[in-house]
Amino acid sequence: MKYALIPLFPFAAFVVIGLFGHWIRARAHWIAVPAVAGSFLLSLSAFADVAQGEPIRLTLYSWITSGRFEVNIGFFIDRLTAVMLLLVTVVSGLVHVYTIGYMEGEPGYPRFFSYIALFTFSMLMLVMADNFLQLYVFWEAVGLCSYLLIGHWYDRKSACDAAVKAFVVNRVGDFGFGLGIMLIFAVFGTLQYDQVFAKAASVAGETINVLKPLGGEWPVGMLTVLCLLLFTGAVGKSAQVPLHVWLPDAMEGPTPISALIHAATMVTAGVFMVARLAPLYNLSPAAMDVVAVTGGITALFAATIALTQNDIKRVVAYSTVSQLGYMMMACGLGAYAAGIYHLLTHGAFKALLFLCCGSVIIALHHEQDIRRMGGLKAKLPVTYWTFVIGSLALAGFPLTAGFFSKDEILVEAWSAGALGQTLTVVGLATAFLTAFYSFRLVFVAFHGESRVVSHQAGPVHEPSRTMTIPLVVLAGLAVITGYLGIPEFLAPVLHGPGGVEAGHEAGLPIMVIASIMGLSGIAVAYLFYVRSPQLPERLAQQWQRLYLLSFNKWYVDELYDKAFVRPTVEVAGLLWRRMDVAVIDKAVNGVAAGVALWSRSLRLIQSGEVQHYALGMALGAVVILGVYLLL
Amino acid sequence: MATLSFFYFGGVIVLTAVLVVALRNPIYSVIALLVMFFHVAGLFITLHAEFLAVVQIIVYAGAILVLYLFVVMLLNLKRDDSYQRQVWLGVSLGLLGLAEIVYVVLTAGRATGPAIARTTQVAAAGAPAASVTPGNTEAVGMALYTTYLFPFEVASLILLVAMIGAILLVKKGIMGPEAR
Amino acid sequence: MVPLSYYMILSAIVFLTGLVGVLIRRNIIILLLSIELMLNATNINFVAFSYYLNNIAGQVFVFFALTVAAAEVAVGLAIILALYRGKATVNVEDLNMMKW
Repeated sequence: MKYALIPLFPFAAFVVIGLFGHWIRARAHWIAVPAVAGSFLLSLSAFADVAQGEPIRLTLYSWITSGRFEVNIGFFIDRLTAVMLLLVTVVSGLVHVYTIGYMEGEPGYPRFFSYIALFTFSMLMLVMADNFLQLYVFWEAVGLCSYLLIGHWYDRKSACDAAVKAFVVNRVGDFGFGLGIMLIFAVFGTLQYDQVFAKAASVAGETINVLKPLGGEWPVGMLTVLCLLLFTGAVGKSAQVPLHVWLPDAMEGPTPISALIHAATMVTAGVFMVARLAPLYNLSPAAMDVVAVTGGITALFAATIALTQNDIKRVVAYSTVSQLGYMMMACGLGAYAAGIYHLLTHGAFKALLFLCCGSVIIALHHEQDIRRMGGLKAKLPVTYWTFVIGSLALAGFPLTAGFFSKDEILVEAWSAGALGQTLTVVGLATAFLTAFYSFRLVFVAFHGESRVVSHQAGPVHEPSRTMTIPLVVLAGLAVITGYLGIPEFLAPVLHGPGGVEAGHEAGLPIMVIASIMGLSGIAVAYLFYVRSPQLPERLAQQWQRLYLLSFNKWYVDELYDKAFVRPTVEVAGLLWRRMDVAVIDKAVNGVAAGVALWSRSLRLIQSGEVQHYALGMALGAVVILGVYLLL
Repeated sequence: MATLSFFYFGGVIVLTAVLVVALRNPIYSVIALLVMFFHVAGLFITLHAEFLAVVQIIVYAGAILVLYLFVVMLLNLKRDDSYQRQVWLGVSLGLLGLAEIVYVVLTAGRATGPAIARTTQVAAAGAPAASVTPGNTEAVGMALYTTYLFPFEVASLILLVAMIGAILLVKKGIMGPEAR
Repeated sequence: MVPLSYYMILSAIVFLTGLVGVLIRRNIIILLLSIELMLNATNINFVAFSYYLNNIAGQVFVFFALTVAAAEVAVGLAIILALYRGKATVNVEDLNMMKW
């Protein structure tokens, strides 16, 4: 029963701070932090229980019983869930502590805490879910929290727009996800994970005629369709191409939530889902290929954009998209354990990078453009060194956790057939780019002469303890998590499609090549930004087309705007004018006008002349008598 | 004999009633009404309601009609010029109603109904010595002061109220400024 | 023996004549006169029934109807006089202030 307390502590914090925030104000963290800490301790206990023995299955509440359709609120905690619980509670706890310093003195302080408490609750329920509907409900809940938190500074239009964009783009993915869930119920008659997995093998051969509504004939594997529909949800939530456009804009939100939601937890829900549904995906090679290719494309695509961005948070955001691509690629190639391993290590070092960004932003009084930074190495030592550690992990520098997890993915990918080998090459190229842009950030923001604009008032100094301690903790985690033996821990739970040989004979060469890629990326960045600072300018001029493509995010946003947003707005405008105003408003007003007309006519009966009234009475009497006689 | 008197009285009643309504000059209408009242009294006498006949003449012809005459002459009314606009509608309504009532009377009365001819059987409750033999005045008196005592008192109250009301209404200044 | 139905038809004729008079005359006084006609018609009816049903109650009711008619005439004419003072007209069509 203690497992129910894991999500309940943050939920209680949400309710209390949400209701009484007005009176609690600056003391809100006294409620939120202990709640998350409690969840963390209970998660440790759950982890210990699961590591030793069997997965925990718990049904809390019978939610829907409607004929054949039965859904419960329940928990399924196996090794995968347990590590996710730890990730969520640790990162959430550290972000809570960090927020105490970051949002100090802000008017929305309690509201922020109540929302991240709500988010923590939703994310915990999501990973502990034992059926699809609960997963979906809390999927949406985390999306809601993301919306609320991105738009935390709601008086900024850009923040509100970004929040809506995040929600709408997620919704596009969730539409497919919902269809997938409906299909699951139609095919399996149940929404519980264990029952669906048990029956999955038996429907492996069935097909659906996808062109049936158009009168055509194109049988597609039932499970493939299912997995693809469910995957669209993951594409939206985990910001894969083509639904990645919301994540960079989500940087409008405060940095702590960029660290929590858009680096470590919410965006990883998609990868988590694919891993959790591994039994289904393993039965559909076509779907797995789609997942892998999507991941690979995303990894490379986002990395190319991160090369040229000037906003410190945007660079890290595109880096997140790219790393999510890695994870998805791994899962698509059957290496679920490797994907989750990278998810965990990435959670540590990406959260670290974001929090460091936040530290820099606060120190420079909300400056985010790296062209106006520089020379911060001496002034922000803790931030600088933790940022370097995080960047090393991101770049896959040997001995950091990021190195081990990325390497795990690349090795597993290489042994997964021709597609896997192609994607391994893509991964290696992306590794080079990743190292390059992450150290570009280090050198531009922290090294060299200070380009800080003088009117950023006040001296530049290291932020408070509450902000630096989480940085140090996360830096430690960014290294240590490589040595905890996570993939071996997860392997019994997350099987690949079988028949995949651990081709570890390719392991060492790949490790070497990956290291070379990482180191050369760092070296090139050093060259560009420390040794010859005019080199980037010249190259940008020479390859101006490519530079602009990268800088303008490959014009995807503009494309979507032309293809989807404008037409929708047009249609909406048309419907408003033609239907809403002309028909509906006219009908309603028409009724009112009709009543008015009718009453205007009727009142003429009140002529004021007694004999008219008497006539009416006599007429009535005669008519009634006549009717009475006739009938 | 009885039918003859009925037809005479009835005929004059109908004729004068129509005249009341149809004549343009108010004085002529009032006089026609007077004639009608007398013939109604006569009708009452044929129906052995002598007391009522006399009361009819005293109250209606003697008081009410005189009151009307007073008012007509006080207001110095001239001839009406025309009937109301709805004259044809009104007349047709009246004829239609008449047709209906005649129909009802002639058809409905056959099926059920008490004895139409006079019988000597004692009638409904509440009327002691309910025959004519004690004399009409006595019979009316007896019924009025025993069974119908309360309505009798109420009727006197009505008259009192009417008296007060009439006096108040013609006080100057009750209904707005004078048109004098 | 005159059948009762004759009296009823007679009373109906007088009543309806009074009704038509109410509907078509423009002079208030004649209007009130027509109402007297209607009351008389009912009196005839009552007395006829009293005779034919051998029940004195009918005549007692005539008594009361007479009383009420007298009271009504008194008050009605008083009202007409007051109205005449206010508006100098006895034309019903002029008394239409309570219209829409």
